[in-house]
Amino acid sequence: MDTRNGTKESALSRNLFLKGTAAAAATATVGFPAIVRAAKSAKSYPALGTFPAGVSGDTAMIGIISDLTGSYSADGEDLVKGYKLAIKHLNGGGGLVSKVPTLSGKGVLGKRLVYKIGDSETKANPAVQAATEFIERDKAIMICGDTSSAVVIALAKLAQREKVVFLSGASGSNDTTGKDCQRYGFRSQPSAYMDAKALAPVLKKELGTKRRAVYLVPDYTYGTTLYDSMKEFTEKIGWTTVNHYLAPVGTTDYSSYLLNIANSGADVFVNIEFGNDAVASTKQAAQFGIFKTMQMIVPNISSYMPDGVGAEIMAGVYGTQDWYWGLAGNKAYPEAAANSKIFLDAFLKEYHGIYPRWTAHIAYDQTLTWADAVERAGTFYPPEVIKTLESGHKIDLCLGPVAYRAGDHQQIRPVPVLKGKKPSAMANKDDYFEIVGMVPGAEAVPPLGLFGCHLPGYT
Amino acid sequence: MNWHLLIAQLLNGLALGSILALVALGLTITFGLLGLVNFAHGVFFMVGAYAGLVTFERTNSFALALLAGALVVLALGIVVERVLIRLFYRRPPEDQILVTFGLAIVIVEIVRAIFGGKTQLFPMPPWGMGATNLGFLVYPNYRLQVIVIAAITLTAIYLVLYKTRLGLIVRAGIDDSLIVNILGIDVTKTLLAVFVIGAMVAGFSGVIDAPIVAVDPDMGASVLVESFVVVVIGGLGSFTGSIAGGIIAGEIISITTIWAPDYAQVMLYLAMALVLILRPQGLFGTEGRL
Repeated sequence: MDTRNGTKESALSRNLFLKGTAAAAATATVGFPAIVRAAKSAKSYPALGTFPAGVSGDTAMIGIISDLTGSYSADGEDLVKGYKLAIKHLNGGGGLVSKVPTLSGKGVLGKRLVYKIGDSETKANPAVQAATEFIERDKAIMICGDTSSAVVIALAKLAQREKVVFLSGASGSNDTTGKDCQRYGFRSQPSAYMDAKALAPVLKKELGTKRRAVYLVPDYTYGTTLYDSMKEFTEKIGWTTVNHYLAPVGTTDYSSYLLNIANSGADVFVNIEFGNDAVASTKQAAQFGIFKTMQMIVPNISSYMPDGVGAEIMAGVYGTQDWYWGLAGNKAYPEAAANSKIFLDAFLKEYHGIYPRWTAHIAYDQTLTWADAVERAGTFYPPEVIKTLESGHKIDLCLGPVAYRAGDHQQIRPVPVLKGKKPSAMANKDDYFEIVGMVPGAEAVPPLGLFGCHLPGYT
Repeated sequence: MNWHLLIAQLLNGLALGSILALVALGLTITFGLLGLVNFAHGVFFMVGAYAGLVTFERTNSFALALLAGALVVLALGIVVERVLIRLFYRRPPEDQILVTFGLAIVIVEIVRAIFGGKTQLFPMPPWGMGATNLGFLVYPNYRLQVIVIAAITLTAIYLVLYKTRLGLIVRAGIDDSLIVNILGIDVTKTLLAVFVIGAMVAGFSGVIDAPIVAVDPDMGASVLVESFVVVVIGGLGSFTGSIAGGIIAGEIISITTIWAPDYAQVMLYLAMALVLILRPQGLFGTEGRL
């Protein structure tokens, strides 16, 4: 090392020293918790995934994957709105951020959150490609999103391989936290099993024990596992399963399936279709006069299905949703009422009167949950964040206190059971459902290991 | 064997097929007469559905909605042909595919920006509501009416293209543009006319199909794929072929659904593959003709 370089270096270190002093002064004024956090983050972790490259500057990047096109794009649009609002609140305060003690409203661990959005087209390949770019090019510290279980499972596998935390968007398949569960993947939506288990007692009470059910099923992991769970729990209450028909995602004309269904002799039509497919199949079922002889059940009602088919058809339909805005200020459900109201109001304000759907709720609550975990871990180092999410610590958001289960990363959370309102009973044009009940998470979750989850390692 | 169900599915295949034939017709016209591979055909279908939807919401008249669907796409067709497509008639098919594919993406995204991605509800016209009890099945009135509407439309277009002076000029202009030019007829106008008729039929069928299917910006994509299958089965550029191809495709989907619903689409592509192997020009296609 020659002298000139030496001079430069000492000038540099003087600069750094001055900056460090300023930083220390700033820390002192912020107060004790910040010092504890600073001390924690001072603990050095090895490089893993996009850590620490992704958080070496003053920003942390989130890679959002969603269905901007394809059969589930309406749900995908709502999902993105939820992420954007969560990021806005985490960076600038507002909404439920003020209700979570660890969150400052000034970014996460002092890093301003930035994001990019990739289109999955409701297909695994484009989703994985977009996520890979976010990870490799943008050093995304967390990836999240999508509304198809097939895509979510593919993204979780990528996350596990790349060691980047992934929060699934809308995903109902039992496999997501079952045989395809990942250490790096987390799911807040109720699984198919939870939906079916929550729904069955209501169906027994309202529709009796001697029903004959026929199913229309989207032909992939979400559809087939939801069919399996619905079959299991409805047969337990005495129902008969007459038949089920698998249709590819993106089918536009369901007439040939519906003729089979009309001829099946069933008196309950369980429609498992999702997104635009749910709308198309239900509209067409009405045209075939199916609802004159059959009661419809939609175990997991897509965000915009009621808008697409109209309230007349949705009236009297039983189903579940991850969250429904009718929880806001709802005195019957005090645990969810206040926080749901805060989220609803913030969303309505941000999007000029557009109501949030449950997909936006998943995005919003999960992003805050992740941010809380990072703050409590005191680092973005993925294994520490994951261990914090696995700790069983409950966070109080729109559904009341909820936590992920350590063994399979399924969130233990209540399941809202809904019934479609008659058009005359609707208070406004988005008031499609009455909430029949909220089944506690602990009652609805499958026993750990039922669907074959073995979480891979942290590193 | 449930004979009721079989007859019901046969009838349904006919209804499905008549819509498919109608949609595929526009593709066949542009492909057969202009030799243009138009990947934006599905987009014309979608734009027609949206134009019809907007009109129907404002006027509550399905006839006006049909007219709007056809006219808006007619206007769109003129613009697209003059600005873009006319430069590609003499370019290789891969250039045509790329440019029309790109055009489709642009138009879909514009529609998404205006209307959003979510499914729009296109109400059934009052005369199409309800279902008819045929004794062995209850079948939606509208789908029965669609068979009639499709038959009338297909006949009308056939008459225009094959039995009128205009049709004669159009076909002559495409077969030998030099001679037709010498005769004092502007060939560029006939090319435009053909392209626009093809687009218009797509827009028209978009409105017809809208009360049955869900209206969303991506609705043209699956229609495009099915239309190509129909055109391949029926024969490239064959008018009769698009009708036969449509009905064959409709029947394959319907009949397969009775026994193996999850194989309905597979059977459709299997049929297409068989046609390509045994009769590459399609059932009604003429060898060597585009």
